[in-house]
Amino acid sequence: MTRQYRLFTLEEAVNFALLALLIFVILPAMLDPFRLNLFGKYLTYAFVAVGLVLCWGAGGILSLGQGVFFGLGGYCMAMFLKLEASTPEATAIQSTPGIPDFMDWNRVTELPWWWEPFQSLPFTLVAIVAVPSAFAFVIGLAMFTRRVGGVYFAIITQAIAAILTILIIGQQGYTGGVNGMTDLRTLAGWDIRPDSAKLVLYFVNGALLFLCLLAGQWVRKGKVGRLLVAMRDQEDRVRFSGYNVANFKIFVFCLGAAFAAIGGAMFTLQVGFMSPTLIGIVPSIMMVIMCAVGGRHSLLGAVYGALIVNGAQTFFSEQMPELWLFAMGALFISVVMFFPTGLAGLYEDHIRPRLPGLRPRRPGRAEPIATAAAE
Amino acid sequence: MKKTPPVLPGVHTNRRNVLMGGAALGAATLFMPKGLRAQDFPTDQVNTTGLAVTDTTATVGILHSITGTMAISETGSVQAEKLAIAQINAQGGILGRQIDFIQEDGASDWPTFAEKARKLLINDRVPAVMGCWTSASRKAVLPIFEQQNGFLYYPTFYEGLEESPNVIYTGQEATQQIIAGLDWVMREKGAESFYLIGSDYIWPRTSNKIARIHIEKNGKQVVGEDYFPLEHTQFNSTINRIRLQRPDVIYAIVVGGSNVAFYRQLKAAGIDLTREAPTLLTISVTEDEILGIGGDNIEGAYACMKYFQSLDNPNNEAFVAAFKEMWGSDIVIGDVTQAAYLGPWLWKAAVERAGSFDVDKVREASPGIELDTAPEGYVKVHDNHHLWSRTRVGRANAEGQYDVVYETADLIEPNPFPEGYQ
Repeated sequence: MTRQYRLFTLEEAVNFALLALLIFVILPAMLDPFRLNLFGKYLTYAFVAVGLVLCWGAGGILSLGQGVFFGLGGYCMAMFLKLEASTPEATAIQSTPGIPDFMDWNRVTELPWWWEPFQSLPFTLVAIVAVPSAFAFVIGLAMFTRRVGGVYFAIITQAIAAILTILIIGQQGYTGGVNGMTDLRTLAGWDIRPDSAKLVLYFVNGALLFLCLLAGQWVRKGKVGRLLVAMRDQEDRVRFSGYNVANFKIFVFCLGAAFAAIGGAMFTLQVGFMSPTLIGIVPSIMMVIMCAVGGRHSLLGAVYGALIVNGAQTFFSEQMPELWLFAMGALFISVVMFFPTGLAGLYEDHIRPRLPGLRPRRPGRAEPIATAAAE
Repeated sequence: MKKTPPVLPGVHTNRRNVLMGGAALGAATLFMPKGLRAQDFPTDQVNTTGLAVTDTTATVGILHSITGTMAISETGSVQAEKLAIAQINAQGGILGRQIDFIQEDGASDWPTFAEKARKLLINDRVPAVMGCWTSASRKAVLPIFEQQNGFLYYPTFYEGLEESPNVIYTGQEATQQIIAGLDWVMREKGAESFYLIGSDYIWPRTSNKIARIHIEKNGKQVVGEDYFPLEHTQFNSTINRIRLQRPDVIYAIVVGGSNVAFYRQLKAAGIDLTREAPTLLTISVTEDEILGIGGDNIEGAYACMKYFQSLDNPNNEAFVAAFKEMWGSDIVIGDVTQAAYLGPWLWKAAVERAGSFDVDKVREASPGIELDTAPEGYVKVHDNHHLWSRTRVGRANAEGQYDVVYETADLIEPNPFPEGYQ
């Protein structure tokens, strides 16, 4: 490994450490269990936003369907938890005890075969990452090898989000329909509902997020990351240089999907249910907005973006339940108008130049933002 | 030595006065018996679990969607709950305390409902929440209410199959709403064949399951059963099948915006509901939905509910007048709005009977609570936390109101887990 591919500059290491300090020390020390659990929920969206930084910020692949992968990961987790909660004793009043309650309501009398493997925790943990990644691989293979990109790709991902929502709602006997999967209780015998469990889940969530951030950093600093940026700005040149562009795109899209899926599974654990409202077009676009507010070129910015957008949503809706949507709209419009590169852009332009020992970035190294924005 | 708070005898008696005060909310106090004094109920005795109850106020939660697709349905419930709280306050509050509320927006989004429910229970420590509308939102908050030991008043008629110690269901469960209506249409209209239609989710499916079993038990026939996704707007294929099958009764459980398309397309296809046959019987269209459908599109259809705005009794007259006084004269009041209005009153009665705001004591005091001031007439809380209430059949007129054509003689017992109907 040459020096050029070093994982962290000093500045980046400091910023990572500051975020770790915030997530692992400051927030838990300052917040009561209820608010901390809320921040845990916000951070599950950060997984998606970090994945989007890689796909969209670095690779120029704008996906408006990340909710699909978030949801698939969440549903895999929820299926395991639901089966564990549906013991024959707990469901004795049903026509068919021992199956999830929504199946019984829909006159399903035995567990479908594809539910069976989710009785196993190891299988579920693998499936949480594998199922969404495999789905992303199929989409990627179908799209990128045919050189579908840009706006067309965004529209197709959005359509997939809509289709999956309709599918889940329609197949309510197997999926819980509009209600989703609710009343999840224990994970391998461990009650996930009390405050103490929520605290543990918060730290697990934070640790997983940092693993994803490190993976993201490694990808960006490595050869793949440089190729992704090159592809984003001049795809044909990369292709003419002999690289198989589609493979790199499929890789980064699958990686983003896997991150989103981990976030989805952590969401299910912390919030205690999963429903189709987290999969559709609106949540998928919200996830892109979080990424945009944080700055789509910055992994850490995406985490702050997720915290700020969700925190603002909670704050505004508690303070003014009738008008909060307007406040959120104003927030998004002002970000797009005044800080088109998001929070990370603010940092680059205003804070970084004032830090001692840091020279402003050489023009050649600055990432060409204009072309990406034009996409 | 601790003073024991006095227990109130017969909390339900003589409360009709409450509503007879009528349109003028402020004036209502003149008619009222003097309110209970807070100093007779020391806070450390009526609130031993750290709830949001002080010497002067008790703060409850209101949790409905006021933004998003459900806002149009849930707004009526919010208005009814605020009206009930204002009237209770004008009357002197509960145990001498004024009722304050914290309103949260569920935003038609189930995870948001869960988040706000946690906030109301854990952060704000409210002793009761009036809220939720769709089954999905109730299912999302239910584990939170059970774990945090909250107390929810849920207003919507729904599919049953649930009986939580932490919820009072002020709407009808499925059998209450369905069976009396089917009996009526078989008896009065001599109906032999039925065509079932519904939106595709748990409530219509469970309801039609109960309807089908009841129809077949009576030796009648179901000639078709169709479901459509929520927000579906193309009903022509089903309407064609209905024209082929010529059922005596179209039994419709279409919800939300789909209703507008369904009734317009029925009319356009020449199925005139004002004629003798077929009879259309619905359990999902209240006066609120008719606003969107248009009275002339649904004129002649029958609906089976427990409440219609046109009910002719003094309670309802006073309720409708007070509602219009507070929220505007062109407003309509549907079944769920009335059920939502009962929530704060039932809670008041339970708190006064318990002599405490503590959830466990209020729960214990709730079964058997009677309310003879209810706009729908008299209701009573069953041991299973649902209400005994009458079921009525109304016929839609061109003005968007229902003319009541039938009312069950007795209160119908709620039975969320009906034997033989599952």
